[in-house]
Amino acid sequence: MVETVLETHGLTMRFGGVVASDNVDFKLRARELRCLIGPNGAGKSTFFKCVTGLQTPTEGEVYMRGVETTHWMPHQIASLGVGIKTQTPNVMDSLSVFENIWLAARRFHDPKDANRKTQEIIERLALGSIARDDLGRLAHGERQRVELGLVAVGDPWLVLLDEPAAGMSAEDVERMTEIIHELNKTAAIIIVEHDMQFIRSIAQVVTVFHQGKVLMEDHVDRVMSDPTVRNVYLGKKV
Amino acid sequence: MPGSLSKDAITIILVTAILIWVMPLMIGTYTLTVLIVYGMLGLSLGLIWGFGGILCFGQAAFFGLGAYTYAVAAINIGESTVPMILAVIVPAAFAALLGAMMFYGRLNDVYLGVITLVVTLILFKFINSTAGPQYLIGNARLGGFNGIPGFQTLNVPGRPDDYIWGDSYFYVCAVLLGLVFFLVSALLRSSFGRIAVGIRENETRMSLLGYDVRARKTVLFAAGAAIAGLAGALFANWAEIVTPSLFSLGQSAEIIIWCIVGGLGTRLGPVLGAAGLAYLKFLLGQQSLVDNTLITGLILVLFVLFLPKGVVPALAGLWKVSFGRRPLGRIHQQRRMRNRGRVNG
Repeated sequence: MVETVLETHGLTMRFGGVVASDNVDFKLRARELRCLIGPNGAGKSTFFKCVTGLQTPTEGEVYMRGVETTHWMPHQIASLGVGIKTQTPNVMDSLSVFENIWLAARRFHDPKDANRKTQEIIERLALGSIARDDLGRLAHGERQRVELGLVAVGDPWLVLLDEPAAGMSAEDVERMTEIIHELNKTAAIIIVEHDMQFIRSIAQVVTVFHQGKVLMEDHVDRVMSDPTVRNVYLGKKV
Repeated sequence: MPGSLSKDAITIILVTAILIWVMPLMIGTYTLTVLIVYGMLGLSLGLIWGFGGILCFGQAAFFGLGAYTYAVAAINIGESTVPMILAVIVPAAFAALLGAMMFYGRLNDVYLGVITLVVTLILFKFINSTAGPQYLIGNARLGGFNGIPGFQTLNVPGRPDDYIWGDSYFYVCAVLLGLVFFLVSALLRSSFGRIAVGIRENETRMSLLGYDVRARKTVLFAAGAAIAGLAGALFANWAEIVTPSLFSLGQSAEIIIWCIVGGLGTRLGPVLGAAGLAYLKFLLGQQSLVDNTLITGLILVLFVLFLPKGVVPALAGLWKVSFGRRPLGRIHQQRRMRNRGRVNG
């Protein structure tokens, strides 16, 4: 049996009267690639934030490799070996590409190994020509790629990506897809995404969120052809 | 930072030696000593604000606490070595406690400023109200607004009758500033320092990478307070009296102005800003035409408007433009690669 790396039971998040995430049961196996889709306000990002510790769920539990992590802080979850990329680019703008990735590598390696790991990632992601540039001066796609580098350098076994393809050119998206596939060889990946094009190119199993709940969970082709999902996306009544 | 730590060490030793030799030819050592003390105080805030992103309005609190700790301990112990050590430890411990409260409470930005400001005010008010004879620590009376005079000043370790004063005290202070400057450089080159800068840049990202931001900020905050405490003790030895005005808001504000004018995010900036502005204040204090706080305020406004990064970064930029080797930037590299492609093709 394949190990379950992430599991939630009855995950609920309320903001006042709004139920952003409603009793979500979710399960992810090792080296699985899962996409979370759904219209705006469906609760994908809230689910993401509850899992990563950026928000504490009102009810329910989160388990990672069998360890309960419900009330953990983000840094504790990341220390388990979970790579996280948030929706908005979260990078150290006035530091160089090298320093950014080095800081991520240093968390799991001593300084010497961190230098080596950083070089490796820079080569793998073809960032060599901009390694000494400050991140604040780079193009959006390059920054996204660096942020993926931050995630990859820690050799995570679980990767959580919130809208990795947002605002990127087709070429950048293609490169991003490659990196994600590479990561997927060793890690389970969750991608929260809006871009259907991107989902079609990368997804296997897709979980559809609607009004805080899981609407359906199936292979991408069946999800795409499902009339309920189509209605949800077009905003019609279910 | 470019270069290496050993290079830093050599530069610091050389510059310190030259300054110790040259400066007394222009300014009296008595004045220079207090400029050095202020330089160290500026460096303490420059470290936590410029490299850790912690804007502390209460650096004067740690400065004053260091001075008072030294005075009280010196009266009780009768020599200066242990009091000097205590003057570093007590403010650091106080800052660690205060910092833990703030950072674990997830206070940030302006709230941090408010809390540190209020703590300074409380200390100021409290010390001011300790004039009565019941405020006694061991043999030392806190003395309220009169302060504590007449404590043992710095002596050669182990020989309480061998005082260090005058020119020799100036040398001690100068060497200590060089040493602290070296320690700060070493800290910033270490993983801890680089991670601190990462936290300054983006706290969320650093915690998502697995760093405990709260603990690291607390430690850095305490390190800054330790330096401020040392500066306070040195000041106490120089002035031979400690008064509540050390805790005043004016003092706190001045430290911030030093950092802005000298240049945040540099090590040298706050030291130069502090020494330069303090010397200017000293010169202005000798005339009665304009009020010197007015001038300090004017300088701050002018800098914020026209040189917001401060003196040192501006000079460094100028140096780079006119004399510096240009690093192989992106354009150069691309051009080089294109040329290589042409040769191959």
